[in-house]
Amino acid sequence: MGERLLMKGNEAIAEAALRAGCRHYFGYPITPQTEIAHYMAKKMPLVGGTFIQAESEVAAINMVYGAAGAGARVMTSSSSPGISLKQEGISYISGAELPAVIVNIIRCGPGLGGILPAQGDYFQAVKGGGHGDYKMVVLAPCSVQELYELTVEAFNIADKYRILVMIMGDGVLGQMMEAVEFKDKEEIIHVDKSWATTGTGMKREHNVITSIYINPEVLEKHNQKLQAKYRTIEEKEVRVETYNCEKADIIVSAFGTVARIVKNVIKMAEKEGIKVGLIRPITLWPFPTETFRKYAEVPKAFLDVELNAGQMVEDVRLALEGKRPVYFHGRMGGMLPTQQEILDKIKEILKKG
Amino acid sequence: MATVFKRPHALKDVSLHYCPGCTHGIVHRLIAEVIDELDIEGKTIGVSPVGCAYNNYEYFNCDMQQAAHGRAPAVATGIKRVHPDKVVFTYQGDGDLAAIGTAEIVHAATRGEKITTVFINNAIYGMTSGQMAPTTLINQVTTTSPYGRKPELHGFPIKVCELLSTLEGAVYVERVSVHDIKNIMNAKKAIKKAFQVQMANKGFSIVEVLSTCPTNWGLSPVEALKWLQDNMVSFYPLGNFRGRDLEV
Repeated sequence: MGERLLMKGNEAIAEAALRAGCRHYFGYPITPQTEIAHYMAKKMPLVGGTFIQAESEVAAINMVYGAAGAGARVMTSSSSPGISLKQEGISYISGAELPAVIVNIIRCGPGLGGILPAQGDYFQAVKGGGHGDYKMVVLAPCSVQELYELTVEAFNIADKYRILVMIMGDGVLGQMMEAVEFKDKEEIIHVDKSWATTGTGMKREHNVITSIYINPEVLEKHNQKLQAKYRTIEEKEVRVETYNCEKADIIVSAFGTVARIVKNVIKMAEKEGIKVGLIRPITLWPFPTETFRKYAEVPKAFLDVELNAGQMVEDVRLALEGKRPVYFHGRMGGMLPTQQEILDKIKEILKKG
Repeated sequence: MATVFKRPHALKDVSLHYCPGCTHGIVHRLIAEVIDELDIEGKTIGVSPVGCAYNNYEYFNCDMQQAAHGRAPAVATGIKRVHPDKVVFTYQGDGDLAAIGTAEIVHAATRGEKITTVFINNAIYGMTSGQMAPTTLINQVTTTSPYGRKPELHGFPIKVCELLSTLEGAVYVERVSVHDIKNIMNAKKAIKKAFQVQMANKGFSIVEVLSTCPTNWGLSPVEALKWLQDNMVSFYPLGNFRGRDLEV
């Protein structure tokens, strides 16, 4: 058994990145994720790594581009408005097929919005906030332990597929303290990075990192190659937690912090004789479509709960193909639903028959 | 028989796509000659801009990364921090460096990032067909200043070397031109020194190269060189702004 520490979510992310071999971090301060930068500023010099407080989110993501292209394990982190600024770089990194990890500890919007937890960046993350046809793997942890584990995994997925991986948390997860059990040694995959710009050493042809292909035939082929990679990831990298779904009267779908609340609702409902199931997508992309299809005809209805106006619910509806009614309950502006509120919603739905 | 003139090894044996009379080719060659003379091709990593030189990664034999518009200094920062023992340079035009990428160049310079920037100032946007640049001269006609650049409407041209030389981290700052042989030789000396400054870990180095754009200036190649000499050199004085006596 490894070291067990009480940590803030944001610190667990930073520690996990270091344990995963990340030695380059570029960021810009924004609430509620700045503890990641504090942690990196303190620790990177001790392990011979690089911490740069960039002049902007735009610069930070482009430093990530350069470092990833140079073959390093690299990370940046931010929160919603900052992630919007990074969209240009996200698109370029995706086009150039560079492996990197980006953390979004979501706050509420639109605009400067507020600093409290929200999940309003789901569309931006999974449908493509930047230009062009690209995908990022989007991981949605729901505990500090999972923030640690998924951050390590994010670096492996990024390297394996040469893709950008986003850890999507919210202000609750970033700020809360929980015990984290660290492994003695992380499982780190080592991949060939002979494509990286490390200097030719006069021993090979030059390497080029680019996202521009002026010839339309070449660019279409490049896009087809990206799409083929995305299909492989959809096949192999789906992660999902299901709970109590087999004989559920109703199945609730939720990710991140909301899923924690729903787990308590399940216990409350049990006392009243209502069987509530939970499908918690851990990868928001690739989306666990097959899991929803597997349980599509089990409950009377589905209820999707999110900290937004209804974003993941669209993917739930697509997955279920109209086999069952899908209801939605959302809170915005940094407000969280109470357990009772969700239970009342469940009862109201079931009353409809 | 002795070879007295040959293509530098650091420059690939391919034809360049630039317009006839454009001075990008000259500057590419100077950079490649410097890379050869310093024997650093195997450890040099270049960053291509957005603009006419967007694909100069196809021309240099060293490793290259293509950057988003204006972001080359940030990309170069990422590369250099991963490989501090390598030589990293950016190649940027006036729109790229002095408009959309102003924040990136200023902060790479003030951090004293150990990279070298070759800054092509031809007072116009070439790639997108002749729009006003931050360095477009007063009264200069462009497609977006069709009645000439007017200070009351468009503000004044940015003098990049003067601006950056106020920053402690920018240890070598020099402006050169390529309108005649003598100046081309000086330009090469400055580019070489800028690379040497980086290799000696002194800090950020930049060489601004006054250049032509015959196509968008609407002049013949020879007229363009004369226009540069007559109009640009008086506004953008040539010479060293910082680091003249820096030991390398």
